[in-house]
Amino acid sequence: MPHLVVRVGPDDFDPAAELAALEGLPGGAVASFTGLVRDDGGLQALHLEHYPAMTERQIREVVALAADRWPLLGVTVIHRHGTLGVGTRIVFVGTASSHRTAALEACTFLIDWLKVSAPFWKRTIRHDGSGEWVEAAAGDDDRAARWTRD
Amino acid sequence: MAGLTILYFAWVRERIGRDEQQIDHPGAEATIAALLDRLATETPGHAAAFAERDRLRAALDQRFVPLDTPIGEARELALFPPVTGG
Repeated sequence: MPHLVVRVGPDDFDPAAELAALEGLPGGAVASFTGLVRDDGGLQALHLEHYPAMTERQIREVVALAADRWPLLGVTVIHRHGTLGVGTRIVFVGTASSHRTAALEACTFLIDWLKVSAPFWKRTIRHDGSGEWVEAAAGDDDRAARWTRD
Repeated sequence: MAGLTILYFAWVRERIGRDEQQIDHPGAEATIAALLDRLATETPGHAAAFAERDRLRAALDQRFVPLDTPIGEARELALFPPVTGG
């Protein structure tokens, strides 16, 4: 794949710049997903912890699965950790291909699989000082698994 | 035999009160589950962290594995809740 960017760290990113890099490839089709900290009433921030020795390798393995399945020219995956306030960016997935279906499907596949295989854990930080670890959503495993049933 | 490093994340880490510990390697045949049974007798924090086995996940040398996996020659065991990234 001519363009592969995987970045894990505390720093914010610029989706426009990431998209521009993917648009610079000769494919003609770019899809992306940006995940942000959702304001669910009383939430001040999320704290994301991760397993540094494992995180980037897991992401690269998921990207390799996508590259085996769709004709991709470029993939960008960025995942932040640390304390992230409501409305700030957490994750970015971008894909480039010569076919819109490949770009769109690979983008969905990547975020579905990152959710169940990248070793991150979210803790809520509420305005009243309380907080708890976010439970894994029951539907996440199903969303990832449906890609293996086709 | 060399040792085994155990890493704890999220509420597993909080209940145990530390993010890492070194132990003597329990042997290639020992499963993660058997090691958890033993560690759970050592401190109340370990007991609390390992009480709900269906909410625990594990990795050996940075690979996800089921809890009934033998530890084998692995040098690093990580214990954590189901992941919630993305």
